[in-house]
Amino acid sequence: MSSSQRYESPDIGLTGWARWIWRQLTSMRTALLLLLLLAAAAVPGSIYPQRSADPNGVVQYFRNNPDLAEILDVFQLFDVYTSVWFSAIYILLFASLVGCVLPRTQIHFDALRAEPVQTPTNLSRMPVYESTASPKGLDPVELGKNILSKQRYRIAQRGDSISAEKGYMRETGNLVFHFSLVGVLLAVGIGGGFSFSGQRVLAEGDTFVNNLAGFDSLSPGTFFNPETLAPLSLTLENFEVDYDFLNKTNIGAPLDFRATVTVRTPADQKGTTHLVRVNQPLDATGASVYLTGHGYAPEITIRDANGDISYSGATVFLPQDSKMTSIGIIKVPDNLPEQLGIVAFFYPTASELESGAFTSIFPGVIDPLLSMNVYTGDLGLDSGIPLNVFALDTDRLTQVAGRGTENPGLEIKLGETADLPNALGTVTFDGIKRFASLDIAYNPGQFWVLLFSLLALAGVIISLTTPRRRVWVKKLGDSFEVAALSKRDDPRLEEFVRELTKAIRNG
Amino acid sequence: MNSLVLNEELSQLSLLVIYAAMAIFTLAFFVSGYHLSQAASTKDKNLKTVSVLERVALALALLGTLILAAGVIMRGIAAARVPWANLFEYSITGALILMIIFFISIRAKEVRILATFVVGFVLLVLGTAVSIFYVQVASLMPALQSYWLVIHVMVALLASGFFSLAAALSVAYLLKTANWVEKGKTKGIRNFKKVMEVFPTKEKLEQLAYRFNIVGFILWSFTLIAGAIWAERAWHRYWGWDTKEVWTFIIWTIYAGYLHANATRGWSGKRAVWLGLIGFAAVVFNFTFVNMFFKGLHVYSGL
Ligand code: HEM
Repeated sequence: MSSSQRYESPDIGLTGWARWIWRQLTSMRTALLLLLLLAAAAVPGSIYPQRSADPNGVVQYFRNNPDLAEILDVFQLFDVYTSVWFSAIYILLFASLVGCVLPRTQIHFDALRAEPVQTPTNLSRMPVYESTASPKGLDPVELGKNILSKQRYRIAQRGDSISAEKGYMRETGNLVFHFSLVGVLLAVGIGGGFSFSGQRVLAEGDTFVNNLAGFDSLSPGTFFNPETLAPLSLTLENFEVDYDFLNKTNIGAPLDFRATVTVRTPADQKGTTHLVRVNQPLDATGASVYLTGHGYAPEITIRDANGDISYSGATVFLPQDSKMTSIGIIKVPDNLPEQLGIVAFFYPTASELESGAFTSIFPGVIDPLLSMNVYTGDLGLDSGIPLNVFALDTDRLTQVAGRGTENPGLEIKLGETADLPNALGTVTFDGIKRFASLDIAYNPGQFWVLLFSLLALAGVIISLTTPRRRVWVKKLGDSFEVAALSKRDDPRLEEFVRELTKAIRNG
Repeated sequence: MNSLVLNEELSQLSLLVIYAAMAIFTLAFFVSGYHLSQAASTKDKNLKTVSVLERVALALALLGTLILAAGVIMRGIAAARVPWANLFEYSITGALILMIIFFISIRAKEVRILATFVVGFVLLVLGTAVSIFYVQVASLMPALQSYWLVIHVMVALLASGFFSLAAALSVAYLLKTANWVEKGKTKGIRNFKKVMEVFPTKEKLEQLAYRFNIVGFILWSFTLIAGAIWAERAWHRYWGWDTKEVWTFIIWTIYAGYLHANATRGWSGKRAVWLGLIGFAAVVFNFTFVNMFFKGLHVYSGL
């Protein structure tokens, strides 16, 4: 827009403004600025913990910097990628993209059907230009036409010159690329809406049924319908881990995790057995099963003073370090004179520290030991507030065994039984199972995301590697001229013109 | 039962070999730098011919590259897998790849003249690798046991190699066109300007940087897609804005901006060159700081 125009049009009206805004939005410069803005806007999400990727990190951040965290939260810095401002940038960018690419598609379709452009009058002004004597008795224009048409140039002859064009695929690839980006965005959005992923911890021998109640936690997409969960059940038959025993500097490093699972469906009541590994999920119909974590689940039995069982089973212990020192919580609300809570430590290969405390020195089971601190009192299970099964609120409880009490903590080896204090009963360490954390996930969009990504990749490769050339050959008396022009970068243009000239010159 | 035999002695030997390569690269660096200062005072400014001095510098660089290749291969044998699974190994393999790309493109005299920059950068990478990133050979954690490690990381290193060469060309461009060089009055700056005159024209530098960046961008796009495919297999989702994913995205977006800038009036030339260098800075940042200090699922620095 020239400056005089700007002053002369004080009231361009509403449509004028709309058109002006649209033109700004779909300009190359806006696209560039929005792209850079998007890159910058993505940065904070790698600095602050994100609720989607690292929810515990966010909780911790709030604990460590409560005041700052409040402020950051107002600006959605813990949810950067779903925030209003991040969304605004990419929505504007894609609006700009569509507004830019649609008219270009029209222009490109027209160009595909149009004749090559007129031959410019002064060819020597072109970036690449050669001129030399014509071959004796031959028409250089006719020769040029033959050579170029063999190279699949589109050619228009006008008088004693030809105008040839090639490389329409450059723009085609570019348009495919930009349209495919829209495809990726839509597939991500829509696919995400219909997706779900659920987590479930299973001890060896346990079975999980694929319905809402079967999950420990579930993150469904907005449009997800629980009825669509595939009707299947899954049993963790066993879970094996290989640790390095061999290489001195690497002892205890995990080499492989293997979960053997049996999947039963209405069509397959007997079930089929599969192996699930970290990089090898199980692709069942309607869901994939991924192995995301593991640990120990010691089998513990608690009996009252009469020897009647009040608690029994494999209890999931959460690993605390690479040597698999693990912590488990046992709650026994019934069948004992008082409610009982236990904070238990499991050491797969126990070693006593100088302080008298224990630690695990190898993640595999060589010399297993359970130690327990025991509490009595109100477990708070009746309050109606859902409680974390992996936490014990000890504030309302009285510690009866363990550090700081007159009774030492319980230490129980595999197969042994220890007495609870105050003649409450006994605890037996019956056995050790492992557990696996499984993710059951389904995302109908991911096939489309991949498809459009690959299309975009193909488009961009074609676009960036196809030269878009215009070539002219013109007869001037006894000599002829060759000139060429390329849209953007074209490493071989000069070489091409030189060879074409030589070929014509030699007949 | 999986069994694995690591060879710690061979890995120590590999480290020694890498030190040897660094010694040779250091020699190459000085000879090549000396050649530049010599070329600045001769008449042959367009470097059609390869002088003896330049020949020696390039031969030393080639020797260093061969020795480095031996060191990298030994590391792989010692670890019983591909030698690119932690930060130390990314660095040595990445340095090797950069040298290989350099020697493949050396027919262009614009690339040849970059030898000092490239060898200097490789020395920096190797020096950081042996002093800060070094770790003993260790087994692959199960999350890394996948052929996607071979593909995804290899392509990322290749992309980084192309970006690095483009960055070297861009730095040359900026040094050549900087105001303080063009208008410099002191003797030192005037001498420096003479050295920069040995380099190709700024148009040539810019154009060549663009070509290397294009290849880098295509490879980086592939890295992004391959990473997403692998993430789906290993972590149940193809994209989760994990810190490393965030930075891969940021780098891709900056280079997309760079390609746009080259086609936007008022943005091609110096601004676009700067954008390319910002992209490269993000590559380096991602490689070092994000690997070492940022929390995320990609905790493979081994440190
Ligand atoms: C998500 C947003 C976008 C991304 C990631 C993106 C990316 C790219 C890339 C990588 C290229 C170079 C490869 C090629 O030529 O095919 C390119 C070229 C191009 N883009 Fe975009 N783009 C985006 C949005 C836009 C928008 C909004 C416009 C219009 C205003 C636009 C117009 C163009 C044009 C005209 C070219 C050709 C440049 C040339 O001739 O080299 N793009 N884009």
